[in-house]
Amino acid sequence: MSQKNLYMTRRTFVTGLGLSTVGLYFGAFAYAQNKATTEPSGAMGPKPDPEQPVEEQKSIGLNPNVFIHLAPSGLVTIVCHRSEMGQGIRSSLPVLLADELGADMKQVKIIQGDGDKAYGDQNTDGSNSVRGIYQDMRKVAATARMMLVSAAAARLKVPAESLEARDHQVFHKASGKKIPFGDLAIDAGKLEIPKPDQVKLRPDKEMKRVGGKLPLIDGPAYVNGTAAFGADIRQPGMLIAVIARPPVVGGQVKKFNREAALKIPGVKQVIEMPQPAPPYGFQPWGGIAVLAENTWAAMKGRDALAAQWDAGPNGQYSSATYRESLFKSVRNPGEVMRNVGNIDTALSSAAKTIEAEYYVPHLPHVPMEPPAALAVFKKANGGSCEVWAPTQNPQAAMTEVARVLGLKEEQVTVHVTLLGGGFGRKSKADFCSEAAFLAKATGVPVRVQFTRTDDIQNDYLNTVSAQHLTASIDEKGKVTGWRVRTAFPPIASTFNPKEDRPGLGDLQQGVLDVALAVPNVRAEACRAPAHIRVGWLRSVYNIFHAFAVNSFIDEIAHARKMDPRENMLEIYGPPKKYSLDELGVKELRNYGQPLEKHPVDSARLRGVIEKVTQNSKWKSRGKQKNRALGLAAHRSFNSYTAVVASMRKRPDGSLFIDEVWIAIDAGLVINPDRVRAQMEGSVINGMSHVLFGGVTHKEGAVEQTNFDGVQLVRMSTAPQKINVEILRTENAPGGVGEPGVPPVAPAVANAVFALTGKRIREFGFANSGLQV
Amino acid sequence: MKIQFRINGVEKNIDVDPEMPMLWAIRDILQLTGTKFGCGQAYCGACTVHLNGNAVRSCITPISAAAGQTITTIEGLSTDASHPLQKTWVELGVPQCGYCQPGQIMQAASLLNQKKKPTGAEIDQAMTGNLCRCGTYTRIREAIKKVAGVRK
Ligand code: FES
Ligand code: FES
Repeated sequence: MSQKNLYMTRRTFVTGLGLSTVGLYFGAFAYAQNKATTEPSGAMGPKPDPEQPVEEQKSIGLNPNVFIHLAPSGLVTIVCHRSEMGQGIRSSLPVLLADELGADMKQVKIIQGDGDKAYGDQNTDGSNSVRGIYQDMRKVAATARMMLVSAAAARLKVPAESLEARDHQVFHKASGKKIPFGDLAIDAGKLEIPKPDQVKLRPDKEMKRVGGKLPLIDGPAYVNGTAAFGADIRQPGMLIAVIARPPVVGGQVKKFNREAALKIPGVKQVIEMPQPAPPYGFQPWGGIAVLAENTWAAMKGRDALAAQWDAGPNGQYSSATYRESLFKSVRNPGEVMRNVGNIDTALSSAAKTIEAEYYVPHLPHVPMEPPAALAVFKKANGGSCEVWAPTQNPQAAMTEVARVLGLKEEQVTVHVTLLGGGFGRKSKADFCSEAAFLAKATGVPVRVQFTRTDDIQNDYLNTVSAQHLTASIDEKGKVTGWRVRTAFPPIASTFNPKEDRPGLGDLQQGVLDVALAVPNVRAEACRAPAHIRVGWLRSVYNIFHAFAVNSFIDEIAHARKMDPRENMLEIYGPPKKYSLDELGVKELRNYGQPLEKHPVDSARLRGVIEKVTQNSKWKSRGKQKNRALGLAAHRSFNSYTAVVASMRKRPDGSLFIDEVWIAIDAGLVINPDRVRAQMEGSVINGMSHVLFGGVTHKEGAVEQTNFDGVQLVRMSTAPQKINVEILRTENAPGGVGEPGVPPVAPAVANAVFALTGKRIREFGFANSGLQV
Repeated sequence: MKIQFRINGVEKNIDVDPEMPMLWAIRDILQLTGTKFGCGQAYCGACTVHLNGNAVRSCITPISAAAGQTITTIEGLSTDASHPLQKTWVELGVPQCGYCQPGQIMQAASLLNQKKKPTGAEIDQAMTGNLCRCGTYTRIREAIKKVAGVRK
């Protein structure tokens, strides 16, 4: 019987979360937080938290839903059901719950939730953790608070309205009496759980810690080496698997030398992986696994395989040729996805037209921690599998592991470790199911370890895109028309190979949702069949759409001989909330949010543009010698960001970025310091894109193998200063993890133009002969 | 082959392929998992440890190089996360995902061992071999300057 069943307590149903079963899982993942050790620690697998006595774990107390538990000792346990990958969710979400409850953070313990449908959606993707569930999470805590207040009211024989829950106690103002939360836990736990529509949230002003300075929960563990990431989990008798995967998607093993691999000391087994078939989805990649006692032996064993491959149907895929085919695609009309006025008339009657093409290559995720997952398979009772993985999406991992092993999802447990970066790579379940397959095949615990080369060459890359933009200008110099044609293999192709052009859900990201005060607008989706597995990368399609839109607006400014900022404000238009009709679209997915709650609001876009240009002293700083500024702004994930990049020229002619300003309006913000950190990271991330580009394919395989080919911004290229401004607005919370990235690349490219007169229309400075 | 060395103040004598990179001996054999694997080819610095007080990339340094020498890993930098760099790292909220940070801290500690008050350019140069995909560079710089007591 799993621990989960042991501690299963009450059942409830919280509307809006889609909860079906409940169970607060204690002793899940104990991150030793302050205890550095000089002795080999090892055996860092899951273990009950020593600070929490077994009796207390089992105590009933107050447990109105799966997220929160109050023990008679006063200890509040809060489950963080989203993955921590650097965005600070483990420091943010629990504070929100504690504030709503009125708990003292010193008596709050945070545990990481396993994959479990009881938590509702756990996919840590789409900048959604706070954006999508803010209200629901508050309700979860408010439910517990109301029950504590009711219990106190009964005990003190006073009306509930006369009581207040704060500082881990319930206070009766009139008499000065107070009861600690812990003393109420048992009584409150016996009460009927209020129905979701009866649950009342606190007034916002009582949310004391939200929006303030919050401690970094995992800070100490990060700096003393005890933070447990995917590859840090061990099990007795575990083997490490390193897999030789087909270099081309759809390729197959031709031959390999099993004996040579088995001769390497430490190598125990060589196992052929199942051959995946389209649609590839999250399936294991195929190939041959070498299992050894240690990672080094496994890596040497894999080299010894000297595997040879049949490339299969994608063996001709080459970036150079595909790039040309994409341009060809966008030079012809595509499927109309957005239409306002009549673009054809606007173009034919224009005094002047401007045209430009942009290209963005496949971008890799390269999370600092390469994918790794540990699986244990047990035959008893029809089989079960336990997985530890740095996954962004434990429920998807459960589904895929169950499929590969022929088990039911209930027979699979997925524990979420800390993620050494995710950026979308770790929302895919492939590495978990590889480990599960091998654990079953060998009967011993197996950890699959990706090397950096494996990571780069077996990634669900961000897709590759070309865009063709055309604008018309009338004799008065007004912009009268805007046409965009975009082509890229959509992510849907990974799940259905027939999907060969961008759809509605894809074009919400920077095509259909762009506020344009232009009377004639048309957007067309052009054909682009996939040859690899494409997937979500932080900011996804916004990366290249924001690049093209903002670069093109800058090109228009120069054609009109206008200040780029004035021109941009004119094109994004006067403050206004756009209807679907005004956007010229039938439907806007809007990142899963209703348009009434999260409209396309040019006032908010203007707000961040005005703030960032003010902070950067746009008017004066840009005029200094050997220095220029570039500006870009973008709405994504229901948030608005704008960036100014300052570029300078050294005496030897090389360029560098010395300072960047970024402003974000994400509505209500829980943890400003982590938002600031996300913006700083977004600047570095966006700079890496535009400065160094992505990966290329030759004969179907990725050409780059490590950080020499995939280059990232380093300390030497990082700006000396990144100035972040978070606009405090009353709007509903928008995303934070992704919206910072899209405007960075075009701001840099626009700065390059302002400084050198050279227009960057592709990522990767190297291609344009500029030195950084 | 038996190789003897001192790690975090403890004498060790392990039987291992002398060519095994120090990284894997530390992580897999000694089970000290604070030292991270990022690239295996000296491009990222995630695996940085000290060999006799100086930063080395453990992923390309064979364990044989440690024979008779002293290794310090992040677990041995202080016994209780009290090293000034560790404290300042937390105080300034440097880590995002945290994965690169043991390597960053070991690199920074080695820099400050060699030079108490490095200039901004020296900090940039010393730290440029340590990648941070999350992009915490500006805070890393700030933290080192704070610990070194040099003005920004
Ligand atoms: S793992 Fe050693 S430098 Fe990257
Ligand atoms: S903090 Fe994530 S890689 Fe540096």
